[in-house]
Amino acid sequence: MPTPTPAVSMRGITKRFPGVVANDGVDFEAAAGEVHALLGENGAGKTTLSLILTGLYRPDEGEIRLFGEPVEFASPREALDAGVSMVHQHFRLVDRFTVAENLILGDRRGAGSHFQIDPRAVEGQVRELGERYQLTVDPRAHVWQLSVGEQQRVAILNALYQNARVLLLDEPTAVLTPDEADRLFVTLRQMAAEGRTVIFISHKLNEVTAVSDRVTVLRAGRTIASVTTADATPQSLAALTIGHQLEAVTREPHVIADPKPILTIEGLCADNDRGLEALDDVSLAICPGEIVAVAGVAGNGQRELAETITGLRHPSRGSISVDGKRLGNGDPRDAVDAGVRYIPEDRLGTGLSPGLSVSINLALRGFQRYCVGPFLSLRRMRAGAEQAIDRFDIKAADPEIEVETLSGGNLQKVVIAREFSEALKVLVAASPTRGLDVSAVESVHGQLLAAAESGAAVLLISEDLDEILALADRVVVMYEGQLSAVGRRDDVGEIGLRMAGVSPATAGDTS
Amino acid sequence: MNNSLLVVLIASGIAYGTPLLFASLGELLAERSGVLNLGVEGMMLVGAVMGFWTVQRVHADSPLSLAIAIVIAAIAGTAMAAIHAFLVITLRASQIVSGLALTIFAGAAGLSSYLGNDLNVADQPARHSFQPLLPASLQKLPVVGPIVFGQNILVYLSWGCVVVVGLYLSRTRPGLNVRAVGESPAAADTMGINVTAYRYAHTLIGGTFAGIAGATITLAITPQWVDGITGGAGWIAIALVIFAFWRPELCLVGAYFFGAMQALAPELQARNIQLGPTVLWSNALPYVMTIVVLVFVSSGTARRRLGAPAALGTPYIREEH
Repeated sequence: MPTPTPAVSMRGITKRFPGVVANDGVDFEAAAGEVHALLGENGAGKTTLSLILTGLYRPDEGEIRLFGEPVEFASPREALDAGVSMVHQHFRLVDRFTVAENLILGDRRGAGSHFQIDPRAVEGQVRELGERYQLTVDPRAHVWQLSVGEQQRVAILNALYQNARVLLLDEPTAVLTPDEADRLFVTLRQMAAEGRTVIFISHKLNEVTAVSDRVTVLRAGRTIASVTTADATPQSLAALTIGHQLEAVTREPHVIADPKPILTIEGLCADNDRGLEALDDVSLAICPGEIVAVAGVAGNGQRELAETITGLRHPSRGSISVDGKRLGNGDPRDAVDAGVRYIPEDRLGTGLSPGLSVSINLALRGFQRYCVGPFLSLRRMRAGAEQAIDRFDIKAADPEIEVETLSGGNLQKVVIAREFSEALKVLVAASPTRGLDVSAVESVHGQLLAAAESGAAVLLISEDLDEILALADRVVVMYEGQLSAVGRRDDVGEIGLRMAGVSPATAGDTS
Repeated sequence: MNNSLLVVLIASGIAYGTPLLFASLGELLAERSGVLNLGVEGMMLVGAVMGFWTVQRVHADSPLSLAIAIVIAAIAGTAMAAIHAFLVITLRASQIVSGLALTIFAGAAGLSSYLGNDLNVADQPARHSFQPLLPASLQKLPVVGPIVFGQNILVYLSWGCVVVVGLYLSRTRPGLNVRAVGESPAAADTMGINVTAYRYAHTLIGGTFAGIAGATITLAITPQWVDGITGGAGWIAIALVIFAFWRPELCLVGAYFFGAMQALAPELQARNIQLGPTVLWSNALPYVMTIVVLVFVSSGTARRRLGAPAALGTPYIREEH
């Protein structure tokens, strides 16, 4: 058990967003002087919980105590003053400021508390802190000149400069090289040894076991377990993160009658929006009637894969063919004409045009069908929409209402109804059930199975292992832009380890 | 010597450039907080007509009525900026649309000309106007006489403003805060800086400066009210901020350069120097330069490289998704 008065104690924290309960009665406790890992899949509620602790969000319910004192933070400033600092995933630094100026910005006690400021005054302190914690940076350097790893050091220095007693780090290693990550762990251990509380948010199992004293596992917005790291293994943590050992798989693997693939991807490479390589030599073939699931933690290249296949992103190398015909690079029209359909991750922003009506959104794929000569027949569009609303069981009062007023499940049904409105050969579905309620999930799953039944190749990109195990014929795992095949599709342990970047061969023999 | 073309151009460039300097300093402060205000022209015109009206109506001696006029013009400009601030900061409207609307609403053939007609101030000479401050003996000194000592008090005031704004931004706590708000409102918010308050304050100060800039035209340069008297000076001021890489000391240089351009045509005419269709090209030159600068820097990458505040033009919403 933790010490009598834990440094941080959060009880029954609930935070609701429209349509989603991000934290559902979460309990969390961390002692002074420990590195406490907060583990969970994306969407498990880790970041929400930490934003509540740092005053950016206010909880709907629950109580927070710091060193036994009840606190209620109305703003990040109040959290900072109480000694709670956070290193965000996207560092909240001012790029055009120098390191010293960034530190002064949050300073209300020392050099920054006066009307007149002199960034030079803190340079000595920056250097001293940097040496003590192996966080050396030039205090006069501008943040934009620094590497991402150095910027992270500035963010941590900022917390130390403000005397943080509790430091949260949101997936700090996501941007670091393995070497930099090792150095970060040394610094974190040192900070804990001084009596500070370090809360380390991650979904990488081997890091958690390497650096933390205790682990709290969140899943679907709830606290699942809080264990001492010494008693845990990557395998046991993977089981806790993913959930119960799953019941019988609902779908028998499909027997491929005609093993000639519809979708063939060869040696595909593509960059992400920041120009860094996101897909690294990806090859994949999917046969008619087959559902292939891509498992993995978000941000490992899944979005780029979906966008490249659908022609929304230009590949830097490699090819995509449908039925043996090579698609034009970065040409969505070509992909659509070849029968590629897309259920995007961001259903409202990418999948639909929020301010337009349900009937226009349903018609977006093929206005030609509703044309009379050069004119659009609104009557036909409305009739078509009513038919789709009926067939896909969309709960919309009227086809003319704005699509953004629908609930998440109905939005997804609109997307599916539109994508299924014309012959489909390849279906790319990215996190198609994220945030949906049970009945909507069931309906979406039914549609994916129906697409496969009709002989389409289905690529299901998902972070939800239950979903993958229930639907997929084959599972591949995406990690840092590369695909690796999983031996048995229902081998949860292997999938979990591969998602964390651990190859099962090197994970040791603890299982 | 004091009559040589160069000296006269510099001296009148400073005089003509002063409204540009005031307006661009104000725009600079607003933009440094992340708020682009394209309503400068409108705010200047309202300041110009209200300042002029005050001088015509207030029955006091010259310095007092001029001082009151400047205060009234400043208040008028601030009030106009408050409309923009409310629309773009509180209601998060598009800064470009709101700014353009403000200029159309307040500008020539808009509120300012309505006020000009309604208050019946058009086509009258000003009862008082700003005169050179220092004794005539100093003004007769060679070169520095007309350039430095021959100016009115508004010019000296604007020099003070350049120094104050420069020191404010680089050396003070609120200056650091406003730069952070303009560069990265999320970081500023995390550090406990009230983004909304800073944006309001600096947008309003921007209006104050624009109002004073307008009154400088009607009370110092051409002491009268004519509809649309600013003649696009507000737009030049906006271009100047970019020209000056968002730095107050360079605003001064740019303002005097454009001021000298404006002085060039009448000066050449007065000296009977013919350089092609003189009036045409020298009158058009400041506007052509403005268009060239705005086109040149309107790409996002160019703006960033030049030092535009990174969050310029974007409303801030704390992500409660």
